[in-house]
Formats: sequence, structure tokens, C-alpha cells
Amino acid sequence: MTSTGIGAAVRRKEDHRFITGKGRYTDDINRPGQAHAYFLRSPHAHAKIKSLDVQGAKTKPGVLAILTGDDIATDKVGGLICGWMIHSKDGSPMKAGPHPALAQGKVRYVGDHVAVVIAETVGEAKDAAEAIKIEYEVLPAEVETASAQRQGAAVIHDVAPDNTVYRWHLGDKAKTDAAFAAAKHVTKIDLTNNRLAPNPMEPRAAIGEYDSGDGVFTLYTTSQNPHVARLVLSAFIGIAPEHKLRVVAPDVGGGFGSKIFIYAEETVCVWAAKKVGRPVKWTSDRTEAFLSDAHGRDHVTHAELATDENGKITALRARTIANLGGYLSTFSSSVPTYLYAPLLSGQYDIANIYCEVDGVYTNTTPVDAYRGAGRPEATFVVERLVEAAARELGQDPAKFRRKNYIKSFPHQTPVIMTYDAGDYAASLAKAMEIADYANIGKRKRESAKNGKLRGIGISSYIEACGIAPSQAVGSLGAGVGLWESAEVRVNPVGTVEVLTGSHSHGQGHETTFAQLVSERLGVPFENVAIIHGDTDKVQFGMGTYGSRSGAVGMSAIYKALDKVIEKGKKVAAYVLEASAGDIEFKDGKFTVKGTDKAADFGAIALQAYIAHKFSGQELEPGLKEGAFYDPTNFTFPAGVHICEVEVDPGTGSTRIERWTAVDDFGVVINPMIVEGQVHGGIAQGVGQALLEGVRYNADGQLVTASYMDYAMPRADDLPSFHVGMTVTPCPSNPLGVKGCGEAGAIAAPAAVINAITDAVGHEHVAMPATAETVWKACQRASQKLAAE
Amino acid sequence: MAMSMTGEVDLPAPRGVVWEKLNDPDVLKACIPGCQELVKEGDTAFRATAKLAIGPVKATFKGKVTLSDVDPPNGYTITGEGEGGIAGFAKGGAKVRLSDAEGGGTKLAYDVQANVGGKIAQLGSRLIDGVAKKMSDNFFSSFAKSVSGNGSAT
Repeated sequence: MTSTGIGAAVRRKEDHRFITGKGRYTDDINRPGQAHAYFLRSPHAHAKIKSLDVQGAKTKPGVLAILTGDDIATDKVGGLICGWMIHSKDGSPMKAGPHPALAQGKVRYVGDHVAVVIAETVGEAKDAAEAIKIEYEVLPAEVETASAQRQGAAVIHDVAPDNTVYRWHLGDKAKTDAAFAAAKHVTKIDLTNNRLAPNPMEPRAAIGEYDSGDGVFTLYTTSQNPHVARLVLSAFIGIAPEHKLRVVAPDVGGGFGSKIFIYAEETVCVWAAKKVGRPVKWTSDRTEAFLSDAHGRDHVTHAELATDENGKITALRARTIANLGGYLSTFSSSVPTYLYAPLLSGQYDIANIYCEVDGVYTNTTPVDAYRGAGRPEATFVVERLVEAAARELGQDPAKFRRKNYIKSFPHQTPVIMTYDAGDYAASLAKAMEIADYANIGKRKRESAKNGKLRGIGISSYIEACGIAPSQAVGSLGAGVGLWESAEVRVNPVGTVEVLTGSHSHGQGHETTFAQLVSERLGVPFENVAIIHGDTDKVQFGMGTYGSRSGAVGMSAIYKALDKVIEKGKKVAAYVLEASAGDIEFKDGKFTVKGTDKAADFGAIALQAYIAHKFSGQELEPGLKEGAFYDPTNFTFPAGVHICEVEVDPGTGSTRIERWTAVDDFGVVINPMIVEGQVHGGIAQGVGQALLEGVRYNADGQLVTASYMDYAMPRADDLPSFHVGMTVTPCPSNPLGVKGCGEAGAIAAPAAVINAITDAVGHEHVAMPATAETVWKACQRASQKLAAE
Repeated sequence: MAMSMTGEVDLPAPRGVVWEKLNDPDVLKACIPGCQELVKEGDTAFRATAKLAIGPVKATFKGKVTLSDVDPPNGYTITGEGEGGIAGFAKGGAKVRLSDAEGGGTKLAYDVQANVGGKIAQLGSRLIDGVAKKMSDNFFSSFAKSVSGNGSAT
């Protein structure tokens, strides 16, 4: 390992510009002559638009245009799409209602886009919006996940009269039911996975621009996947063909999934730019972000776990209702189906699994992928069930897990996945050691002396990253392939530019990808530039989400580097006057096998470009190679997190006293960055478990639309984390990497709730486990004790 | 965002006077906090403009006020709804019942329902109850002054 190669804790290259204020985010970009957009949003959760009169507002100072759903229709701007087709168990396709970028006749959630005002300044646009006259006929709103399908519920989309998008299932119902019938013990649990707002530090923003000279549109936007945005805006929404549409996603300040999707605002900015003949800019404010960024989670689940007389898990079944909101967001349909149910085997050898999922419409903000996307929901179900089962059976939760772990690989689960590698018992053992699990009894007694309740909770999570191969995801309904592309351009002086389809919005790709190049080509780390986020520069790419950039994005770079090295060997053969088969490449040097003849990488790069040593008939000049990499399998990061809490039964306040994370991410490129990802993930997972929750009132008004009402985790809510690693290399990609971006958020909620329920002695503690919730659980536990 | 509130207030005037004042747009305008305009548009309908601040959201609401279940001099239901532009909307109503109080005064009982939506609900939901209580207190203290002849409204 070199000081900047694979495995080195290299400081992040990009941080210099971020911490010195030199980052260039979408809102930092100002185009000559730009105008500003303000979106007039529905104050009602569900209403018909009886009339919409913009004439008076158009005469207000500074107004350039006011556009509505009628203009969308006139210009034949296509609706926003959901790119993953899910079929119900009866074979019928999911029921996707129309999703115009500006409402047409009806609004379906508070914040739905009714009109856009484009004016010289944001202030003038807001003032003009005040003058728009709208008459609504307010309809009853459906807000609750569990009751959206009931008889007599208000119909949100005509295409889905029972508000049901699909009734999907996975697994063998008959076999699973039979296993339950034969079970010695059945553990049952009802869970709500609370709705979350994604809250990236940088809110969404967009600038649309149209160059009438060459007919090219440009969209600067906060995207995790600019090429996917261009594909959707081009092929489905119909803004312009791809060669006439450039999408630039510059520095992006966090996404957590919410910037994967193609939203109304970005679409409208690029469309409106041509209509008004001026660049059109929009930057979300924080309340708009709460209203319009796709939310995460929001499941209601009943789940059961069957065990035999030896405490071996024999079956799992779950029934989930997933709230998809008022419209289907870009990948929303896949999150509670194929990103959820296939993970219900957890780390356990479970022969029979059956899961039913109903996706429902409600009059709420659309719900889509959020850090972990489906996998935190699955882990929460599995790990709450396993914990409850161990407690019911009177077994130590760690022992119960170990007994039921999958121990040999590859392992085929009954729900699609083939786990390729892992050592779950090793992670558990290491985590128990770091967490001093053996002495928890002593610490519990200490707490009890002080009138406090101490609890410990394990979460043995698994995730599936690098969703792939494309052929397989296509057969499951995905509208896109999930490969990645890379291009490695070696300059004549031997410096290297890598163009990647991955997109960095906090992950540190400029550092880790450069580490890979430095390691493989033996060039100095500083001599490598990573270029991403511009469809005019990078040919194509699928972007960054689902912890895929290491496993898929870097594998594409790896493959392109292979080709560069191969080409370099051919050049070196001419330069060193040897046969190409005798050229070896190592540590940045081409050598002739068995001799001391050598040339370094930079010298060969120069020779490739000056092309004096070979003829163009023999070899093409230049040193530039590209690759597309399509994985052969998902990757399966897994690990064990252990949370220890102390609860004050008098107030219900919960303090996390200790956090241990032992993760197996396969080969680690940069341990500092990986640890940072783990920290951030845990903080977000703890946020979900203790603090965060999107709340609507019965009318569908969003009442958590600012940081006054939506509680984000803060540093003093968290302890210092103890982070450890175990390594089983991933066999399906050349680097052996698995992915680390979501692990913390996947593992944490179950660890926290398992710890709190252990502390209070009562299984029903809903997320977020606020002081009130925990205090009530303490009260119920003491009543239960008294009754016994 | 819905809230409801009930209460009673003793007014130092006979029921006939109270009833009359309850139907006098000028009195109502003076008593409704932030009311800038209250114009009678029919026997039971008014056009209204009121400026309200709920937490960080300040807006001018334009809407209409209607009287129903009018039962002189025993009470009515007063309902209003207003659009506050990009701040959202507010609507609500009060059932008002009058009865004779001991000593020649009038007891006014009210049952208020209020609803807000849009930005006001998003940013001010926790403040709604307090704001509604304060507005209602202000209204009845001004109204009490007005019916006792001490108010500036008449």
C-alpha cells in the first residue's frame, strides 16, 4: 500500500475547496440575464381547481411569464415518470396516475405545483403570485398509510379507485404458511417505519437555459445522476433530444436519494427558459424542501417469525402497506418492493419467506428512495422480529442470532438474492468485544442504582448495493440498466483525467477514485483529476445512489485502466524494442521481462502521443480508453451495530451511551472516508429512531415544515462511535468492494429500538422514540409488571 | 390545522343591545383583531379583509363572512374564510349563544372552530392555539367595552 493508494486514509482532495468557500453549487451559478421562478403551491391536500386566473398577476411589476398546467398541455410537455414498472400479484401493471409538472385540474398534496411565476427577481415573482386568483373545491384528504385503501376513502387518482398502486408479493405463500402451521413458536410484531424528510444541507436548485443560436438547452441542477435526468427530460418529458440538452450537476451538497429524482421544478425551469427567452433560476427554500423533496420510508407492517423447538428460524412473513404519496416519484415503486422484500432474509438462514406489499396513494408529498431505500425498512422488520423472538424464547439475542446466521456462501435466499460472501459471526464477535457485551449486566445494575434503565440492542443488518446486473433488474421492471461507465484520458505528460458516470455529492470520489488510479498506474495522486457531473463531458452514466459508486463506478474505472495498461504495454514494446508479450507493468513502470530495460508511465504516455516509435498502421496513437461495467451480482455489505442506551423512566429521556459498529464492506479504499460514511449513516439512523418524523394533520396539512417542528439529530444527541471492520472481499467485482454509504442508516434504527425496548421491558416503542413515547412505554411496562 | 375552543363571557348590557352590536359591522370591524375592512354585502354576508400574524407568517386575508342560524336575539353562527395568498388560508366560525345573566347583563357563550392551511400551518402550527386564544380574548374584551358603551367602536 502506498501513502495514496488503495487502503490509505488520504485526506479528501475536495475538502479544500469546500471549507474555503470555493465550492461551486448550483445556486452559486448565475447566468447572464437570468430571471427567477417562484412556484405557487397548493395550500390544500386535495382539491379541484375550479378556476385559475393569472391575467391580473401578469401585469405586476417585473413579471415575464406565468405558466400553468394549461401551458404544459399546450406545449405537450410530458408528465413526470415513474421508471420502475411493478406488477401486482394478479399480473396487472401498477396504476400510475398522471403527474404533470404543473397541476391540471386537481392538486393532490400540500405543496403541489399550481403555477410558476417568472420574474426579474424572486420578490417580484412572489408578489405577483399573490395576485393569482384561484378557486379550489376542497376535497376530503387521505393522509394515513394504513387507512388509504378503506371503503369510502377519497379517490386521489381515477386510475386507482381504491388508492392502491399495486398489490405486490414475493416468495412462496403456501410453503411459508405451512412452515408457520408447523412452528413451535410464532413471534408477531406490528411496526411503523416513520416518514422522513431527506434534508440535504444544500436544498434543490435549478437553472434552465436555452441557446436559440444552436437550439441547445442547458440545465444546471442539484442531481445525483445528471445523465438519468437528461434521459428522462429528453425521452419522456420531451424537452429536447439528448444531443440538444446538456445537464450539469456541479458541486452538490448532499442528496441521500432525494436528488436522484426528476422533479417538477427542474423540468419547469428548463422548459420555461425557452418560453421566456431568458435563463430561469429556482432555488428551494427550506420549507419548500420539506414540502417537495421526495420523503422516505412510511411503511406500516405486520410481521411474523416462526421458530422450531430448537430455536431455529423456519419462516418469516410480512404484510406491508407503503405510502407512496400523491404521485409516483421517479423510482418510488421499486423502493418498498424490490429494494425491500428481497432483504427480508437478513443475515439469517430462513427457508421460507413470503411478503406482501400494497403501495398506496395518499394526499401527501411523494415518497421515494432515502438513504438505504427499502433496506432500512427490511432490516427494521427483521431485527425487531429476531430480537423479540429471542426475548420471547428466553434466549440471549446475540446467541439466537449466531445460531440462525447463514454460515456458508454462496447462499440462495428464498427471496431472489444470492449472497456471495460474508462472515456474520466474525462481525458479531468483534462488535460484542468492542461493546463489552459480556458486562452489560453489571452496567445495567449500576444504572438501576441511579434510578435509570439501561438497555442494549443489536442490529445485524445486511444490505444489497450496486443493484445489478442490468439484465436482472430489467426483468424485475427497471426502466434503465444499472451499469456504470468510465473513461480514462492519459495526457501526454502522464497526468490522468478520469471521466466517470458516478456523481459525488459528499462521498469523496475525487479522492477515492484518484487513489485507485494512483495505485494502478503508479502515478502521483495529485496528477489525477476526477471529472463528473456534466453530460457534455462524460458520455453517459447512471449516477450515485444505493452505495453503487465503489462497486460499480470504480469497477468501470478499473476496467478502463486495464485497457490503458494494455495499450501502454503495446507502446512500451515499440519503445523498449521488445515483444508486447514480454512487457510487464508494475509500480508505474513498464519493464521487459527478465531485463533491466524500463520506461516509466509518463514516458510511455508521451510516446503514445508523439507516435514516433510506431506507425499508425501498427498502432493507433494516443492513450485514452473507456469501459462500461455491468456487475454480475449485487454486493452484500453486512455488519453488526450495538447500541447501548440509558433511559430515565421519570421523564422518558433516552441517552445513547455507547455505539459500536462493525461493518464488512469488503476491501476498503479509504478507511477515513468509510468511517465518515458510517458516522453520517448512524447519525441519520439515530435521527429516524429518536427524533425525526414528518407529520401531517388530518386535513393533510404538513405541520413539520421547518426546523422548529422537525427535529434533526445534533452532535450532542450522539456518543462517539466505536467503529471496527471485518473484511470478506466481494467476489463479484475486481476491487472486492461492497459499498458503505447507507450501512449506518440501515443498521441504526433497529439497534436503537432494540436497546430502548430492552431498557424499558416493553416491546412497543414506536419511532421516533421521543421522551413522551418512551415514558409511556415505561408506564405500560410498570403496569404490566404490577398486573403480574 | 384545526383547533376548537369554547368559552363564556359576561357582558354588562341587556341582551337586545348585545344582539344589536353583534350585527353591527362597525362594531365587529373594531373588535376583530387586525380587521381592516368589513363591508355588508347582504343581510347575512360581509366582505372582509384582516391582517394576521401567526408566528413568522404575516398575511392579509381577504374573504367573506356569513351569518347563519340567525335567531334574534338568542344567537347565530358566524363563519368566515379567507385566502392569505401564498401564506395559505384560514377559515373558521363561531356559534354564539346569548342568554340573560344575573343582574341584567348578558351571558355570551361561544364555540369556535378554526382551520388554517398552507404556509401558516407549515410554520405556525404549534402557535395556532395560542394565537386563536389571544384573538378571541382580544375580540371579547373589545366587544365587552363596546357593549358597555366604553368602547371606541360606537
